[in-house]
Amino acid sequence: MDLEFSAQEQAFRDDVRAFLSDELPAEIAEAVRTGSELSKSDHERWHAALQSRGWLAQTWPAEHGGPGWNAVQRHIFEEEAALANAPRIVPFGLNMLGPVLIEFGTPEQQAEYLPRILDGTDWWCQGYSEPDAGSDLASLRTRAERDGDHYVVNGQKTWTTLGQHANRIFCLVRTRAEGKPQAGISFLLMDLDDPGIEMRPIRLIEGDHEVNEVFFTDVHVPAENLVGQEHDGWTIAKFLLTHERTNIAGVGYAVRGLANLRALAATTVRGGQRVIDDPVFAARVAELEVDLEAMAITNLRMLSAVQDGATPGAQSSMLKIKGTQIRQAINDLARRVLGAGASPFPFDVLGDDLALAPPEARANAAHYFNNRKLSIYGGSNEIQRNILAPQIMGG
Amino acid sequence: MDFTINEDHQMLAETLRRFLADAWDPETRAVAAYEAPFHQPDAWSQLCEMGVLGALVDEEAGGFGGTGLDIMVMFEELGRALAPEPLLGTLLALRLLVAADAGDDVAALMTGERRAVMAWAEPHDLEAVDDITTKATRTGDGDDVTVSGRKSAVYGGPGADVALVTAMLDGALAVVAVDLADVEVTGYAMIDGGGAAELVMEDAPGRVVMEDASAAVHAALDAGRLALCAEAVGAADRLFDLTLGYLRDRKQFGRPLATFQALQHRVVDLSIELEQARSITILAASSLDGPDSHRHVAMAKHLVGKVARLVAEESIQLHGGIGMTWEYPGAHIAKRLVMLDAQLGDADMHLRELASSA
Repeated sequence: MDLEFSAQEQAFRDDVRAFLSDELPAEIAEAVRTGSELSKSDHERWHAALQSRGWLAQTWPAEHGGPGWNAVQRHIFEEEAALANAPRIVPFGLNMLGPVLIEFGTPEQQAEYLPRILDGTDWWCQGYSEPDAGSDLASLRTRAERDGDHYVVNGQKTWTTLGQHANRIFCLVRTRAEGKPQAGISFLLMDLDDPGIEMRPIRLIEGDHEVNEVFFTDVHVPAENLVGQEHDGWTIAKFLLTHERTNIAGVGYAVRGLANLRALAATTVRGGQRVIDDPVFAARVAELEVDLEAMAITNLRMLSAVQDGATPGAQSSMLKIKGTQIRQAINDLARRVLGAGASPFPFDVLGDDLALAPPEARANAAHYFNNRKLSIYGGSNEIQRNILAPQIMGG
Repeated sequence: MDFTINEDHQMLAETLRRFLADAWDPETRAVAAYEAPFHQPDAWSQLCEMGVLGALVDEEAGGFGGTGLDIMVMFEELGRALAPEPLLGTLLALRLLVAADAGDDVAALMTGERRAVMAWAEPHDLEAVDDITTKATRTGDGDDVTVSGRKSAVYGGPGADVALVTAMLDGALAVVAVDLADVEVTGYAMIDGGGAAELVMEDAPGRVVMEDASAAVHAALDAGRLALCAEAVGAADRLFDLTLGYLRDRKQFGRPLATFQALQHRVVDLSIELEQARSITILAASSLDGPDSHRHVAMAKHLVGKVARLVAEESIQLHGGIGMTWEYPGAHIAKRLVMLDAQLGDADMHLRELASSA
């Protein structure tokens, strides 16, 4: 057994660090550090910087423009990127639709869409959940009816993340009402400029606009925008879920979050002492650190198995549950360190003169509330437990 | 033994419940709690005209209540309605003024003629009560002083008339009344709605309300802590009901969520914790101003802080995405439940205190 990264992997890590230090724009890193909202052009700049190095489409094979990284390399990049305050790569085109088109798309679809994802021409968003189909995704009701060389789409999608920046959407739609719900779903690509599509913002608990509802009224979609076989979209949905689950543990985010928490607790004074000197608080932080160290090793064990050809099974659901618990616990303490200083809304309302917290901590309450989503999206933690239960218990 | 509240308290609760539910329907709150002055001055005036503030003051000082149970009954309704009216700031100010025998000022606050708040926290240490830097300097032989310093997280500050400011005077903690017109007031919304303010005072004219006031300030804060516990119990009660209703209505996999045993167990655990929170609040309310007042309030503030966060987090999770949207009333209750722990000292601070005094 050897828990060390190989010399080759260490060298790769050095490369990633050098790249981040040279190419990650300082103002974008600062926006990530202080929790400010990133603009569409911030994301686009970061994507372009990665693409110019060939590192943007990290899950794509080399022949389609990916860097040809293995799971450990992707992990190293994600960890270093989080520590450097790099924005998360917007996953919808790059980590979700791209792999789907590579696996299921026609050569024409690949030729048309993959380059446009790489060069940023297209910003894709995801049309999966519906108001009545969340955890029970297969019960979705948005209809696509074949009419000659078109589908006519009617229905509603929700929780469409960053849809306000997108020009295209990939959707799961119902093409057949009979039979098992899973057997009548298809995967369809749409242009958001098509007549009959309306996007409305959803304001989240902390006040930000991150997700949207999308309404479809008699939208005409060319039949060639079907990906894979008609009625076989559930196969794609399941395939996509495994891709959504790369970096599911969020180790890098947790490591950065814990370091920030420690630094904040060491500079914040409450009740006559630094918060980190409160034994109760210090014990909580230490417990989290233990949990995080263990999870990082679980994560590496899974990566190593994947490297050797295994398919991530139960472990990816376990990592989703444990990873979100740890990150939410870090968010919780990061808010509590500040006490009443976490309250001002919007978080920068007091400016630098009157602020009750250092710049990087002012959004801690907003982050805490926003990150309640971690245990809800991508298959809620309850759904992960449903997946795990039969695997662990049999039957 | 009798744990029922008396008829007067029942009437007070029902009156407040009707009035606040009407004044603070969810749509109104989603906007008004975040726009200056972060409450509804009309609703506040009506509350004062209804005479209910008298419940926070004992008969000797001109009110009709003033006990821990009075505070509990009122703030539970405030919490149930999620009303961000500046009742906490008013309670703190009233407790100080009653302790100082300032009869006229008490009357002016109860009728709504003036609104006062208490300013005690400072940015260098938001929990410190006695270790402060704000200074008062006498300007003559009487009670007139000038005050310089900075106060933080002044609840109910935006739109208030007077702040009762803690300041060092002749080497001891004093309470000084300062007209907010003479102070640089920066009001802001809190993330859970309602207003707070930062005060910057430079030789602001003030009048000494009480010298050697440390014990009175701590006692006022304990009353405020009890109020927050009761507010949490009322708010948690309502969020629990909303969650239950959602689980019964929402169907996934062809049946109501309420029929899933894994979720049923979580709801049951929540209801157990809620009963714990209610009981410790009753204990603190019954002991307020007695020999165990401080210890029981610390117990309540600790346990209620923990339970309130649990109810908020579990309720969001049991709802799923809808539970974390601005449009959903439960989301605002959840925010309040999480954030009220930070007011007047959180669960950890009170646990430290209990551990060190054991």
